[in-house]
Amino acid sequence: MTFVKKVTKNQLFLPLFSMVLVMLVNIIYDVANGNAIFNFFTISINNGILYGRLIDILNRGSEAAILALGMTLVVSASAGTDISVGSVMSLAGGVCCVLLAGFGNVNVNEYAIPLWLGVLAGILVACLCGAFNGFLVAGLKIQPMVATLILFSAGRAIGLLLCNSNIVYVNVESFKFFGGYCWIFPTPILITVLCIAVTALVLKFTALGTYVQAVGINKEAARISGYKSAAIIFICYVVCGLFAGIAGITATSRIYSADTNNIGLNLEMDAILAVALGGNSLGGGKFRLSGSIIGAYTIQAITTTLYALGVSSAQAPVFKAVIVILIVTIQSPAVKAYFAKRAAVKNAMMTAGREAQA
Amino acid sequence: MENNVVLTMRGITMTFPGVKALDHVDFTLRKGEIHALMGENGAGKSTLIKCLTGVNDFEAGEIRVEGIEGPVRNHSTLEAQKRGISTVYQEVNLCPNLSVAENLFIGREPMSKLHTINRKAMITRARQLMEQLHLPVDVTRDLEEYSLAMQQMIAIARAVDMDCKVLILDEPTSSLDDVEVEKLFTLMRSLRDKGVGIIFVTHFLEQVYAVCDRITVLRNGTLVGEYPIADLPRVKLIAAMMGKDFDDLASIKPEGGLNVSKEELIDAEGLSHAGKIKPFDLKLRRGEVIGLTGLLGSGRSELARAIYGADRAQTGTLKVKGQEAKIRHPIDAMHLGMGMLPDDRKAEGIIGDLSVRENIILAMQAKRGIVDLIPMKEQEEIADKFIDLLQIKCASRETPVKQLSGGNQQKVIIARWLATDPDFLILDEPTRGIDIGTKTEIQKLVIQLAQEGKGVLFISSEIEEMLRTCNRLAVLRDGAKVGELSGDMTQEKVMKTIAEG
Repeated sequence: MTFVKKVTKNQLFLPLFSMVLVMLVNIIYDVANGNAIFNFFTISINNGILYGRLIDILNRGSEAAILALGMTLVVSASAGTDISVGSVMSLAGGVCCVLLAGFGNVNVNEYAIPLWLGVLAGILVACLCGAFNGFLVAGLKIQPMVATLILFSAGRAIGLLLCNSNIVYVNVESFKFFGGYCWIFPTPILITVLCIAVTALVLKFTALGTYVQAVGINKEAARISGYKSAAIIFICYVVCGLFAGIAGITATSRIYSADTNNIGLNLEMDAILAVALGGNSLGGGKFRLSGSIIGAYTIQAITTTLYALGVSSAQAPVFKAVIVILIVTIQSPAVKAYFAKRAAVKNAMMTAGREAQA
Repeated sequence: MENNVVLTMRGITMTFPGVKALDHVDFTLRKGEIHALMGENGAGKSTLIKCLTGVNDFEAGEIRVEGIEGPVRNHSTLEAQKRGISTVYQEVNLCPNLSVAENLFIGREPMSKLHTINRKAMITRARQLMEQLHLPVDVTRDLEEYSLAMQQMIAIARAVDMDCKVLILDEPTSSLDDVEVEKLFTLMRSLRDKGVGIIFVTHFLEQVYAVCDRITVLRNGTLVGEYPIADLPRVKLIAAMMGKDFDDLASIKPEGGLNVSKEELIDAEGLSHAGKIKPFDLKLRRGEVIGLTGLLGSGRSELARAIYGADRAQTGTLKVKGQEAKIRHPIDAMHLGMGMLPDDRKAEGIIGDLSVRENIILAMQAKRGIVDLIPMKEQEEIADKFIDLLQIKCASRETPVKQLSGGNQQKVIIARWLATDPDFLILDEPTRGIDIGTKTEIQKLVIQLAQEGKGVLFISSEIEEMLRTCNRLAVLRDGAKVGELSGDMTQEKVMKTIAEG
């Protein structure tokens, strides 16, 4: 196989290609506006913190990237998606803020309980949500979409109930840390790096990858070969809940308040899209974690680029949809097969030509 | 095109990554003949058929079909069906969650005036079809409610119903018992007399000589030759398929029989599984090969599954190596030194998208647990060892296992269990759909395992095979164990026990 073929055949080629395409648009825009050509990639330090469009994408894309990690496992093991993650994010944030502020308070300047306890409680609740989803899917064998639809609608509602329909502010400096800055870096980027690193290490040094993929491809065959399929699927949902909790705390900390109506809104769709953009089949089975992560940042890059281009936030989803349609079409099996066929015909013609010459 | 020829394939060539699957293969089918397509695993039989039916896109060559001008190239099975070429594949390729009637008419549903599916007409026609073929089936029930054998017959019924010039049967008999096979043969003969050309792909030599008129032999993707049945006696056919003289199947058991030790491996008492298996007792000692025999659907697989814990037993006790064992999941059985090769390779055996290596280490990894990953280097060594030992034909150990031929997939699953070094191995139809050379290899392997002091529970639809390998047979009928045979076993004795208990 030639080098070019090897590169283009790689699962990560198209996700990366899409990402590069988005960046190219940025460069063209910058040049057209008389900015420096690599304006997009410029990173500077202002007031002791990192600045730049790239940093902005990495920062804003954190929640989607964290969610994509859990979503990848869920998709792979159960051939279904967890659509409750956005809602669970909101619930985790709500629980955390309500506990920190003290039940019933709307705006506080000091903690009612220690910070770590509040954060832990939020994440724990998210894990419980994951366990609930996992029980419905793995234990009761309900279709994942239907099972997670319950918390999709209920999670946010419970959060709202806890906050008594208010936005609960926790106006303490240390609470702003998770969504703020750690030395010169935005903390969400560091949290994401940590989550990715832990997941990647677990996949590398344990057999989790084999377990999840085997169960996702052929549940029955995996069971006969000694895998407890239901347990694996359950674990994947719990992990997905855990990541939703971490993303929820991060998102809440950014605005140091539990805005349950808006935290994580529609983020489940971004997470699912990230998995698909990464070249992973939503039908389950084989997966590449790196693909999902690239997918998540591609989505954020598109959004940030659109804002930079001056598209209003109301119109942005339309353009986003168009771009996603393009990317998904390029990756679709039908288009891939078409290009493969064209290449084969070209090859055959060249061989025939050489034979004719000889 | 000659007068009575219905199909010609000339110079068909097809390459898979790393393997030349077909190399200038010719094939001719005449009207009203049953034509056997023979060859070992990976010889290219299935690939040739898939080129004909549009599943595979061949690179060079020409196909001509009677009544159609110019060369034919199908791009889908649907297109092939419209040109009168219908197929029943080795594994049932229907939708288990749809009703029998829906399966019979997928892609060609009778339509009402409003362009909706006319269910009434569909069900009526399905009933008529089932009656014609004497299949006792309720067409409104889901396909999955019927046995694999019945599903196969329904698949054949579907193909027969589409007015076809060329009917391809790819291993249709591998999951049928003798009575059902005979029924199918009757059907094949009547179709032949109506002028249909039938391509029959099978590994059962007896069946070829029972029903075929002509044989085409392939080996390693090339054509060996086409022969009228009378010109090619069995020994010559096998020699043509293997490219060498074939060593005698009868002489695989060691002289003086197997050396059975006294240590009991398995001692099942009153084990049962609700509705499928009545309570049974079974003892198995080290060094023993026990065969489970009985008609298809008599509960052979279910009995084995109850021991292994694939279906949890409701009553009775199971002692493994003298200790009472509680088996809730297959993994529990594996920790007790068991392994099971299930009969449905596609549904319960292979993990298609994973590589040959990953499939081989699968059970071993499960035994070691999720935390204790087998290092990559060790995985590769194990995979290479078994690829070499069982002569698994694959482009590399990283090839997805679904790209392998059926027999090689089976070898991969056998390797998966051998890698766990089991004391007690259940082999449920390990030789189904496998060529004669590999069959002998597997039988020899079973004997070898027994000589190493392991116990083997062997299930096969072919009684000759069981007689060759087993030193004891347990006979089942309607979910109950009705007898045991040992010592001087013959086909007649087995038949008699099945019939009378």
